[in-house]
Amino acid sequence: MGIPWAPRLFFISLSFRVSAGTLYDKVWELHRVADLPGGSTQLFIGLHLIHEVTSPQAFAALRDLGLTVRHPERTVATVDHIVPTTSQARPFADPLAEAMLATLEVNCADHAITLHGLGSGRQGIVHVIAPELGLTQPGMTVACGDSHTSTHGAFGAIAFGIGTSQVRDVLASQSLAMNKLKVRRIWVEGTLQPGVYAKDLVLHVIRTLGVKGGVGHAYEFAGPAIDALSMEERMTLCNMAIEGGARVGYCNPDATTFAYLQGRPHAPAGEAWNRAEAWWSSLASGPDAVFDDEVRFDAAAIAPTVTWGITPGQGIGVDERVPTLEQTPAEERPLAEEAYRYMDLVPGAPIAGLPVDVCFIGSCTNGRLSDLQAAAAVARGRHVAPGIKAFVVPGSEQVAAAAEAEGLDAVFRAAGFEWREPGCSMCLAMNPDRLEGRQISASSSNRNFKGRQGSASGRTLLMSPAMVAAAAIAGHVADVRELVGAAAAVSPP
Amino acid sequence: MNAPSPVAASAESAEPSGTALVPAPFPAGPVRLLLGRGVAVVGNDIDTDRIIPARYLKCVTFEGLAEGAFADDRTELAGAHPFDRPEHQGATILVVNDNFGCGSSREHAPQALMRWGIRAVIGESFAEIFFGNCLALGIPCLTASPADAAALQRAIAATPAALLRLDLEALRVQLDPQASDGTPASASLDLPLQLAEGPHRMLVSGQWDGTSQLVAHDAELRATASCLPYLAGFGD
Repeated sequence: MGIPWAPRLFFISLSFRVSAGTLYDKVWELHRVADLPGGSTQLFIGLHLIHEVTSPQAFAALRDLGLTVRHPERTVATVDHIVPTTSQARPFADPLAEAMLATLEVNCADHAITLHGLGSGRQGIVHVIAPELGLTQPGMTVACGDSHTSTHGAFGAIAFGIGTSQVRDVLASQSLAMNKLKVRRIWVEGTLQPGVYAKDLVLHVIRTLGVKGGVGHAYEFAGPAIDALSMEERMTLCNMAIEGGARVGYCNPDATTFAYLQGRPHAPAGEAWNRAEAWWSSLASGPDAVFDDEVRFDAAAIAPTVTWGITPGQGIGVDERVPTLEQTPAEERPLAEEAYRYMDLVPGAPIAGLPVDVCFIGSCTNGRLSDLQAAAAVARGRHVAPGIKAFVVPGSEQVAAAAEAEGLDAVFRAAGFEWREPGCSMCLAMNPDRLEGRQISASSSNRNFKGRQGSASGRTLLMSPAMVAAAAIAGHVADVRELVGAAAAVSPP
Repeated sequence: MNAPSPVAASAESAEPSGTALVPAPFPAGPVRLLLGRGVAVVGNDIDTDRIIPARYLKCVTFEGLAEGAFADDRTELAGAHPFDRPEHQGATILVVNDNFGCGSSREHAPQALMRWGIRAVIGESFAEIFFGNCLALGIPCLTASPADAAALQRAIAATPAALLRLDLEALRVQLDPQASDGTPASASLDLPLQLAEGPHRMLVSGQWDGTSQLVAHDAELRATASCLPYLAGFGD
């Protein structure tokens, strides 16, 4: 993605522009274009990702304003939300879905924007494909009309979701009017137990800090437990920062980041790689970085975590009971009562053993290869319980190919799971995959809001992909630690 | 700069239910004074999936989104939802509680509220992306204390025909349960509101729709870009 204004002096520039501070501070400063009259900052956007749901009105607005796309080479498109996961033959059975994809195709063709379409080998959920293509890199600003854009912060990018008016602004100017966030460091010590994953860690963080605890903040995830996470685990973690109210979540780039990026299609190579690695390393929060505040966690103390309610903050360890009103802070009681009613749960009841109807493995949170590997390890040699609908939706065509190459599709099929085509699927019910009536799902996705999975009365339990596989096998919420052979350090309920 | 114009607010719009209402124009120019009836949607953590369920996002224009506003909640409440109650038809000021608009970044949420008739939101707190999406449409999201938000919600429920006078410059909202002509003299509630300085300035100056400002800074944009090595593929 080279561009014509290639500077020859950037190392000199660097010494002026990269200062001490947090990664957030440094990346912000590097991308600052101008101070705007309203008091906000105009920020250059290094990578703009678009999809079929939040872009059509932005292109229409651009046309209405008589503007063109400022840097078409910095915008990359794919289709994910509305694609069916059973048959992806065109035209889609749903004419609205077909119209949305057709509109995206026309807009991308008209404005010379690269579209990774169905069957290209590179299509998939936008937050899965940009990292796997090496588009997402440390030190970038990344924007996309989707709140889970925080995912890309796993690389040490400053990445955030935007609305359609802002998509229009990025198309028109490759920049956005933004206000600077505070930075909270989430420091995680210790080691996650076997059977406990990044999903459990982030559900635990949100449970502790609340769904609006991060409003006005970027979350920097750091500490030995974060250093030990793979890139895919870091993506799961940063993906759900927004569920804790933090529009931005990030990890500092390190050797794990660089090893993931090396050799990917859009990653620099040769001499450029060495320069890139040096620049990326210089951006990490240094020992002199000052954070607005810090919260500490112990990874070893975290159990597989399951949501019982209607926000991602209503989570408990699989060995815990649904909190009673007495155990709930006064200001959260109305929401807890609403959740008891909606979920049809009794306060004080154990969450383990709760029967489920549908088991969904996939999404931008947990639809990557390592997620499917973890779930397949549970499913291998076992079988989905009678009456349970269980299905696996790879996050991208590349994830599907890699999983099939190691036979994971066969493992899942043999265990009674359906193996589907890539897309957002049942995370958000904009395609044929949805709950019906009062069905209750065990889901590796990111939101358990009322109606989120397509039925106005459908119920969602968020958990890790391995926990979803365990629920599918058992027919009810089950502690995956007992299936992965880990020492069952289960405290009495 | 255009003169600020109150929206909705006409005496007609305060008439009893069943009256055909002339919809207020969408925001344009400075937003300084809003006069209109209120509608309260009570509850914390109301997410954008509830404000507009995902099936309504299957569209290529924002037109027609009004019917999607709180669609599932309205179905569940079978006519009892505030957005369905006859006395709140034509209301322009939405009063909510804590963390309103959390979740998905869908601008369809404020678009649906705007197309239903909402021109301002008052609440205890707002999710960040929702706040920004509203600002981009010229819809202020103003913060009130939990007690004040609740008091305003109770007052609206008690006297749905009362007019609210939302003064963006003074950052106050007044409610007059007697008046139908916008006179604030006998206001029974007069509450302070909060709005961060930047968005406040953008709204009252009419500079909330900033695309042209961003496009204008071409030289500055080039200067910033020239210092970003990844744009040049880390070439030397």
